[in-house]
Amino acid sequence: MAETPKLDELVDVDAGTISREIFVNEEIYRQEQERIFARAWLLVGFESQIPQPGDFVASSMGEESVILCRDRAGAVHVFLNSCRHRGMKVCRYDEGNTREFLCPYHGWSYATDGTLVGVPHQKDAYGAQLDRSRWGLVEAPRMCRYKGTVWASWDPAAPPFLDYLGGYALYLDLLLDAWDGREGGAEAIGGVHKWLVPCNWKFPAENFSGDRYHGVSHRSVDMVGIGPSGKGRRDMQERNEARSLDVTFPDLGHSMIAFLRPPDAPLAPAYQDSPAVGEYFRYCEEERRRRRGAHWRLFGGPGTVFPNASPLARQPRTIAVWHPRGPHQTEVWRWYLVDADAPVAVKDFLRHYYIRYSGPAGLTEQDDMENWGYAHAASRGTVARRHPYNYEMGLGRATRGFEDHGLALPGRIADIVPGTASENNQRGFYTRWRQLMGAASWAELA
Amino acid sequence: MSVEAHLAELLLQREIEAFLYREAELLDERRFEEWLALFTEDARYWMPIRRNAPSDAPERERTREGVDVNWFDEGKDTLSRRVAQVRTGVHWAEEPPSRTCHMVTNVQIVRTDGDEAAVKSRFLLYRNRVETETDVLVGKREDTLRRIAGQWRIARRMILLDQSVLLVKNLTFFI
Repeated sequence: MAETPKLDELVDVDAGTISREIFVNEEIYRQEQERIFARAWLLVGFESQIPQPGDFVASSMGEESVILCRDRAGAVHVFLNSCRHRGMKVCRYDEGNTREFLCPYHGWSYATDGTLVGVPHQKDAYGAQLDRSRWGLVEAPRMCRYKGTVWASWDPAAPPFLDYLGGYALYLDLLLDAWDGREGGAEAIGGVHKWLVPCNWKFPAENFSGDRYHGVSHRSVDMVGIGPSGKGRRDMQERNEARSLDVTFPDLGHSMIAFLRPPDAPLAPAYQDSPAVGEYFRYCEEERRRRRGAHWRLFGGPGTVFPNASPLARQPRTIAVWHPRGPHQTEVWRWYLVDADAPVAVKDFLRHYYIRYSGPAGLTEQDDMENWGYAHAASRGTVARRHPYNYEMGLGRATRGFEDHGLALPGRIADIVPGTASENNQRGFYTRWRQLMGAASWAELA
Repeated sequence: MSVEAHLAELLLQREIEAFLYREAELLDERRFEEWLALFTEDARYWMPIRRNAPSDAPERERTREGVDVNWFDEGKDTLSRRVAQVRTGVHWAEEPPSRTCHMVTNVQIVRTDGDEAAVKSRFLLYRNRVETETDVLVGKREDTLRRIAGQWRIARRMILLDQSVLLVKNLTFFI
């Protein structure tokens, strides 16, 4: 695909200006499908969704439908959900357990490892011509299971997933590691929120990367109080006592709003709406301090794994994927996480908190959709597109080599004065976006 | 069936229909506090996510109350907070307010048991907001109504929206 020459004029992260064009332009959207979504590592789902051999869930990578499947031998695969003969979806269920995927059009059937196993009238119709071994389901050539999550890339030349994450793994782990400091152990609660939002996928992706500036959006929730201790949006003491950090990796595109508590900070009361749940989390925090050394002090907030997977690492504990559905529409998929071995009462308490906070019925997220939708719509006009968005906040105020009481943290970090904000993370996101959009291959990016 | 029993059945049908119509009226007139008062203190308000499942696995077709992630799975306390949020004046997803029209039909009394009645109905909810934004939601409701001090109250509501991927950007209204 030809380079779109004007990208450098449209995206100037050093000056802090980004054209509205990148959100609404059809040609740029098409280039994103080629250069970002057909190339980057994308979150496909959770291993807890497919525990048994033969289990599958339908998912999405960019615009395209895929199947996340555990084959009869237990191996995990990601397949393009499209028959090799004429393209019909071979799976139109959201989830299930199967021995094969049968195409309802002409009847080609595929085993759970993707092998083409059934072709009606093969002998008579094709003779010796059809080599079934060449016509299995298209499988994502790169797949990685990471602490209960499953990621895939369509590009055989993509760097290994752990290299793709780089130093960001430390922050993604704040979502995926157990609350008591053990590695991994999270599972997705059954049921995935899936809904359409009338905006470009980058609106939510950059919002989650580090927009702590939009307090006005959620003021109504702070007034009403839905937090796990009955006030505000979440338990605030640990945040209020912490250093507030905007962390980005511009050459990877990943970001997170993170928090670092002082070494001598006492346990902060949390989840006070239920004494039993409050006690459970107090125990987990003590264990985390014991297991994690100085890193117990670090906890996470919203973030984005480039391009379109956005963890919210702590309260609520959830991850969303922003699937592009054309330049003007996004399909959101949101999973909610708990420690698999947490008591049932804790899981239930969290589930209630999560869904009154997030998703289309969540008191907080409802207002985000209103803003993203109308921001997008108002950016489409010929005159509107002449006027770029402003990303200057906190320019030049981030550092690499951040250290606090001997604890060094990776990334380009803006140390946020309480009550203020920075667009350090959004600039990081678009730095990587610009790199990928301008490069013909992973080799060019190395 | 005796004439008296038949008349009693018709009267009950009429009474419950009138209750559901009045509920819809309160919602469309944004009298949310009065609407909230129609719910019992121990009310359940549940809207599962609908899934595409094989026809021989109907248990997968909807998410489970009290276990899975649902669109709604809550009691009166959370419902009250939703009403309070609308009243803050800074709940931007409902500021300016949406115009809604709740149409309730196919009202069937499935079962009565003392002061409780199991009632099924269909809804068509039209929402229009700001300039041209328009949503239409259609589905089924299964209510448990309870008569308390002579007044019907909603003790439990299950909402089955006939959509899988939610086609509206948010659920800032009540069904």
